[in-house]
Amino acid sequence: MAADSTGAAALAGAFEAEPALGRPRGLWSDAWRRLRKNRLAMFGLAALVVIALVAFVGAHVEPFGRYAPNEQNYSAGARQAGPSSAHWFGTDQLGRDLFARVLEGVRISVEIGLGTQVIVLIIGLLVGGSAALGGRFFDNLLMRVTDITYAFPDLLAIILVRSVLVDRTWPVVTNPRVLIILAIALVSWTTVARLIRGQMLSLAERDFVLAARALGAPRWRIVFQHMLPNTLSPVIVAVTFGVPTAIFAEAALAFIGLGIPPPAASLGTLVSQGYAYIENNVWNVIFPAAAVALLMLCFTFVGDGLRDALDPRTR
Amino acid sequence: MDPMAAYALRRLLWAVPVLWAVATITFFLMHAVPGGPFTQDKALPPAVNDALNRRYHLDKPVWEQYGLYLWDSVHGDLGLSFQGDRSVTEIIRNTFFVTAQLGVLGFLVAVVIGMTLGTMSALNHNGPLDYVGVAFSTIGASVPSFIMGAFLVIFFAVDLGWFKTLGWGGPRHLTGLLDPFAWDWRRMVLPVVAISTLPTAFIARITRASVLEVLNQDYIRTARAKGLAEVRVVLRHTIKNAMIPVLTLMGPIFANLVAGSFIIETMFSIPGLGRELVNAVIRRDYAMIMGTTLFFTLIITLANLAVDLAYAVVDPRIRYR
Repeated sequence: MAADSTGAAALAGAFEAEPALGRPRGLWSDAWRRLRKNRLAMFGLAALVVIALVAFVGAHVEPFGRYAPNEQNYSAGARQAGPSSAHWFGTDQLGRDLFARVLEGVRISVEIGLGTQVIVLIIGLLVGGSAALGGRFFDNLLMRVTDITYAFPDLLAIILVRSVLVDRTWPVVTNPRVLIILAIALVSWTTVARLIRGQMLSLAERDFVLAARALGAPRWRIVFQHMLPNTLSPVIVAVTFGVPTAIFAEAALAFIGLGIPPPAASLGTLVSQGYAYIENNVWNVIFPAAAVALLMLCFTFVGDGLRDALDPRTR
Repeated sequence: MDPMAAYALRRLLWAVPVLWAVATITFFLMHAVPGGPFTQDKALPPAVNDALNRRYHLDKPVWEQYGLYLWDSVHGDLGLSFQGDRSVTEIIRNTFFVTAQLGVLGFLVAVVIGMTLGTMSALNHNGPLDYVGVAFSTIGASVPSFIMGAFLVIFFAVDLGWFKTLGWGGPRHLTGLLDPFAWDWRRMVLPVVAISTLPTAFIARITRASVLEVLNQDYIRTARAKGLAEVRVVLRHTIKNAMIPVLTLMGPIFANLVAGSFIIETMFSIPGLGRELVNAVIRRDYAMIMGTTLFFTLIITLANLAVDLAYAVVDPRIRYR
C-alpha cells in the first residue's frame, strides 16, 4: 500500500492542509499529520523558516541589512561595543556590526549543512544502491569502507580530506565553501549508504517486490518505482540529522582555524575571534555561539519530529 | 578453543588490516596534498631544499617511502616531525599523557552523571525530573562542545572568576600522578565539563530508554510481586540489565572524546596531542599528521576492541555469532 501511494502526486498531497474526505490517506499525508502535532518539531521548523528568511532575504532590506558584514569602523567607541539600537548584537574588534556578521555566518552554516547533505544523498544512493543490487563485490567493498571509517574519528578524516583539497587550482574546490562541503560530505556518506543498502536488501525480499517481478516488471522499474520510494523515510530522517552534524563539523573546523578563510564570517570563526577578546566583550561570543546552538537544536527537533512521524513504531 | 578466546582472537586479528588500511589511506592522502612541507612564500635555495628532502627521505620514490613508513611504524618509529626535527613518537609520548587525563576524566564524568541522570529520568517517568533529564540530554546532544565551553567560560571564569581558562592543571608526567601539588583543579574543571557534555547527554538518553524498557519486563513485576524493596528492584534487577545497551555507546564515545580533544585543547590552550595535531595541520607537518592519525586510530581501535570484549562477557550470545 505504501508503495503505490508515493510519487509526485502523493508528495504534493502531503503538503495540503486537509486531504479531501473519502480519499485514501497515504504515507506522506499521514506523516505530515503526525508531524504537525509535534510541538517541538513545528517550533523548530517555524524558527528555521524565520531564521532563513532574515538571513537570506532580510539581509538585503532595512533594517536587517543596514551594515555590510565587513564594513569596518574605527571611530571612537565604535569597536567592541555592546548591543545597542544601532548595532543589535554590538560590534567586534574592528568595529564591524556583529548582527550582519552573524547573519552571514548563518548563511554559511545553512549552505554547508544543506549542501553537504545533497552530496551525501547522491553518494549514499549510488554506493548503497550498488552495494545492495550490484552483487557481492560492491557489497563487500562498501562494508570494508564502512569498517575503516568507523576506525577514523570523523573530524580527523574531514581535516585530512580538507588538506588534500585545499590550495588546489581545480575548478570547483577553489570556492572555499564548496571545498568544506566536499570535505565533510566525502567523510559522512557512509551512514546513508549503509541505510539504503540495508533497506534495499530487506525490500528485495518483500512480497510486493516479488509480485512486481512475477508480473514481469523490468528490473529498473522495480528498483525505481517500488524499492527506492520505500527507502525514503529513514533516509530523509538520516539526512535531516546530517544537517546539524555538518553545521557542527564546519563550525568546529572554523573554530580551530581550519575553516573558510577570512573575511568570510563563519559562525565558528566568529566564536573563535570573540573568544580571543572574551575579557573585553562577551557579546562577541554569546551571539554567534547562540546562533550555532539554535540552528543545531532546530534541525535536531525537526529530525526528531520526522523520525516519529515517518516511523511511528520507533516512538 | 574456548569460544570467548576465539572471539577475542578474531577481533584482535581484524584490527591489523584496519590499521594497515588507515595507515595506507593517510599516507597517500598526505602525499596527494599540494605543495611540499618546505614550500614557503620565499623559495629555499635548491641545495637547502635537496638536503631537507634527503633528511626526511622525500627524495626516494613514493613506494619506497611507503615501505619505509610502514616498516618504521610497525616498529613504533613514526618518523621525524618537519617542525623542530623532533621524533613524532617522542612528541606523542610527551603530550598524550595530558590528552589521556582529559579523556579519562571526561569519560568518568560522562558515565557517572549520564547514568545517574538517565536512571533518575526513567524512575520518574513523565515527572518533573524526567523533563529536566530529557531537556538536558536534548540540548547537550545538539550543542557543540566549544559552544558549551564558551558559555561555561563566560559564566564561571569571566563573571564569577572561579576557574582558570588557560593551560592544564594535571601533571605532565606519570611521576606527578601521585603528587598532590602537581594538580590544579581550577584549570581542569571547565575543559572536562565541556568535553563531557555530549557523551553525558548520549549516555543519559540511552540509559533512560534502556531502564524504561527493563522496568516493563516480567521479571521486574515478579520481583515487585514477591515484595522486594524498591531499592533492591532498581539497584539489583534493573540497573544491571539496563547497562548492556549503554555499553555499545562506548565505542562512538571514545571517538567523540578524541575529536573533542582537538577542539577543547585548542580552546583552553591545553598542551596535549589534540592541539599538537591541529598545529601540525596548520603548519602542514605531514609526518606529524600521519603519526598522530595512526596513533589515534590505534587508540580508538583498541577501545572498540575492549568494548566488544566487555559486551561479549556480559552478553554470551555475541561470542557464538
